[in-house]
Amino acid sequence: MTDTLSKLTAKDFTSNQEPKWCPGCGDFSVLQQLKSAMADLELNPEEVVVVSGIGCSSRLPYYVATYGVHGIHGRAMAMASGLKTARPELSVWVGTGDGDALSIGGNHYIHTVRRNLDLNVILFNNEIYGLTKGQYSPTSKVGLKTVTSPNGVVDYPMNTVALTLGSGGTFVARVLDRDGKLMREIFKRGAEHSGTSIIEIYQNCPIYNDGAFGVFTDKARKADTTLYLEQDKPLIFGANQNKGIKLDGFTPVVVDINDASVSKDDLWIHDEKDFNKANILSRFFDDPDASEDFLPRPFGIFYVEDRYTYEDALDEQIAQAQAGGEGTLEELLAGPNTWTIK
Amino acid sequence: MVTSKTSVSVLFAGDSGDGMQLTGTQFANTVAVYGSDLNTFPNFPSEIRAPAGTISGVSGFQLQFGSEAVYTPGAKFDVMVAMNAAALKANLKNLHHGGIILANTDGFDAKNLKLAGYGEENNPLEDGTVSDYTVFEIPVVSLTRKALADTGLSTKNIDRCKNMFVLGTLYWLYSLPIETTIETLRTKFKKKADVAEANIKAVKAGYNFGDETEMFSQHGRYSVGPAKKQPGVYRRLTGNEASAIGLTAAAKKAGLELFLGSYPITPASEILQTLSGLKKWGVKTFQAEDEIAGVLTSIGASYGGALAATNTSGPGLALKAEGLGLAMILEVPLVVINVQRGGPSTGLPTKPEQSDLFIAMFGRHGDAPVPVIAATSPEDCFYSAYEAAKIAVEYMTPVICLTDGYLALSSEPMLVPSPDDLASITPKLSKARNADDPPYLPYKRDERGVRDWAIPGTKGLEHRIGGLEKQHETGNVSHDPENHALMTRLRAEKVERVTDIIPELTVDNGPDTGDLLVLGWGSTYGAIKIAVEQAIAGGCSVAHAHLRHLNPFPKNLGEVLGNYKKVLMPENNSGQLIHMIRDKFQIEPVGFSKVQGLPFNEMEIEAKITDILKEL
Repeated sequence: MTDTLSKLTAKDFTSNQEPKWCPGCGDFSVLQQLKSAMADLELNPEEVVVVSGIGCSSRLPYYVATYGVHGIHGRAMAMASGLKTARPELSVWVGTGDGDALSIGGNHYIHTVRRNLDLNVILFNNEIYGLTKGQYSPTSKVGLKTVTSPNGVVDYPMNTVALTLGSGGTFVARVLDRDGKLMREIFKRGAEHSGTSIIEIYQNCPIYNDGAFGVFTDKARKADTTLYLEQDKPLIFGANQNKGIKLDGFTPVVVDINDASVSKDDLWIHDEKDFNKANILSRFFDDPDASEDFLPRPFGIFYVEDRYTYEDALDEQIAQAQAGGEGTLEELLAGPNTWTIK
Repeated sequence: MVTSKTSVSVLFAGDSGDGMQLTGTQFANTVAVYGSDLNTFPNFPSEIRAPAGTISGVSGFQLQFGSEAVYTPGAKFDVMVAMNAAALKANLKNLHHGGIILANTDGFDAKNLKLAGYGEENNPLEDGTVSDYTVFEIPVVSLTRKALADTGLSTKNIDRCKNMFVLGTLYWLYSLPIETTIETLRTKFKKKADVAEANIKAVKAGYNFGDETEMFSQHGRYSVGPAKKQPGVYRRLTGNEASAIGLTAAAKKAGLELFLGSYPITPASEILQTLSGLKKWGVKTFQAEDEIAGVLTSIGASYGGALAATNTSGPGLALKAEGLGLAMILEVPLVVINVQRGGPSTGLPTKPEQSDLFIAMFGRHGDAPVPVIAATSPEDCFYSAYEAAKIAVEYMTPVICLTDGYLALSSEPMLVPSPDDLASITPKLSKARNADDPPYLPYKRDERGVRDWAIPGTKGLEHRIGGLEKQHETGNVSHDPENHALMTRLRAEKVERVTDIIPELTVDNGPDTGDLLVLGWGSTYGAIKIAVEQAIAGGCSVAHAHLRHLNPFPKNLGEVLGNYKKVLMPENNSGQLIHMIRDKFQIEPVGFSKVQGLPFNEMEIEAKITDILKEL
């Protein structure tokens, strides 16, 4: 490699390992967009590390031609935190799933989010345990019949976006596996964000939970069930872009924007810096199949906040401690109090 | 009249609010600077603020100092300072018959007697309980108040100086200088000059009391001379501090950054605490959300090229087991310092035990051997942590370093080594590669079976590794049966080869062949050392050898064991090392267990030696 190297492409981030995901798996799309985003970001492969836990999605590091570590179940965030603390200059990405991040790794998830290390976390949410063959996950819908819930899931599902905001997240986004272009943009925004970027991907498992997100991808329904968030733009959705959302106090209300009594100026304008609005948006979590009167599911960037990162603050403390010079081995060995025996 | 002594063991005991740890520490610093050898051990309740005046609220600080080498804080003490009735009641059984009691009579009023469980009417100082001892009854609180009356401090603040009065009296009794303490008080209370002066006044008043009172005139004073120690600069360290400094020194020597991922746990927390204060040396500590994150953050840092460590105690080691397996199969360096405590489960959190040897050796799923070493003394915690780091880095493996609650909190003088005296530590880093070089092989091994350390950020070494079984050399995921067998063998052989860089076992004391070998490991060193010394002095054919390397064993261990008719193995567990010795060498040693949450004392071991030799 030389300095005159031409711009890298997604192909340069492709490892020599053949992905072993099932045909039709949503993970392929994520891998492709990740590699493209890395190329767009002009990342240097030797300065990138992809860290993962266990699960189908956690095979991700093997397929990206950077540094990579495939760890143990639930601990990707902890491993990435140690790596980033030790080596703040590296670009560290985490591949994790709904079971890995939110169930067995739930503790690491919330604490990593609050510490705000500069990590880019891709949370593949397929609402199922795929690698272990089809048990329900913490994000599975109530009533879902699986091998461990033959009578339907009783556990109430976890809301990733709300959990992340509640844990002090500074970058929270959601995207569908089919929305490749948006995904790539969000990966890039997340990478540019200084802090922990949580990117939840609704990823279809064609084998054990096929169509889990069909209500958001089905041509006939998606216009009414999804809401795409764009900065400074009103919240508008619907087949003919005819529906809007306005706030009645703290309550979001769906309005018909063609109705003469509705002014466009009354609509909710998306502001990713607004924590309160992000919290309300995170509660747009209705199941369109379960009620007539549902709010659309938002996609895009919910919230972005500028806050110091853990590793920068720690490095700052070290720099202060070393202001008068770094400690020497001699000083360390002697310590503050010595006496001499002659 | 001054009586000369070769060694004295002192216990400072009082209520947890009486400042006994500080008093003991001051006394220890003074004797250290004076040149005596010493060993200290604090004994405090696990509750932060146990009810005042009760037995459970008693806090003690024991130390032994001597003009000859001192290895333990003393099986029993010669002198006891009892600041209240509860302190006397809790500790009298461990005072040598005929020993000295300095009793603060102000702590033996009706209320204190009741709280101690004696009953308001039964004062042990008066009812014959202490008639076998030399008792000095000193109204410490009243005398301190009198001495500090003109300081203008409140009575509450004056009463806080009572421990310094007692300290002064002890200095007088043992003919020790008060200057070290005066200096320390001036530094400690730099911003509170009045408090510093009041404490200094109390120390002086206590010292002068010795001269003035009639109390000691019959008895006289004592002196313990300086010990013949190797000339040089010394410092005093607890085992936990020594572990922390050892890790940092290893990182410096290896040219690596030290990272510690850790979760607070008794009695290991001081390692995290000490390291969090060493930022000047570039140390990064990460107080993780749990024990699992403690080890996993360290593995991440190690993958990133740091000297990574985690510290814990038994319950935490159990939680770290899966992470250790990952580090083992990844083949990245990692040091785990496990400060053993009484178990299982929460067990006896503040009490020492040696019962984590099995979990250190075998507590992982799959075939996952790791090197295990054990520290023998507070000072040796430094060298053990250092050596663990050297093995971890040079053999690309996790290493478990066992200490225990006894070593962790005990202290002794340590000869400050020069950086040049420390063994070199050489990380085996992969060099950057060019695009036209052959593909990088992350699991290619050298003649010792050790792979290279490929640090992210190095050009041309991009590689993917994980907990899945890896193909030999390429590191690619492999489910091939023959490959798994090969990799399992290669990983185990690598750990076994650590034996090439560890020293052979030497007989610490006693004949090279004879009737009995006492084989110990870890913190039993001091007690066995003294017991064997005494047995040898009594004409017994007995020797002492102490294992620091538990996996792999030193190459000559079998040979050493074969040189004696019998082997005695004292352990603070129900017999763990003895299983390993039996298994490996097919011999039948005599086990000697103590699982009371207390270290062995030399008398117990000496008695056992005598028993065994009788039967031979």
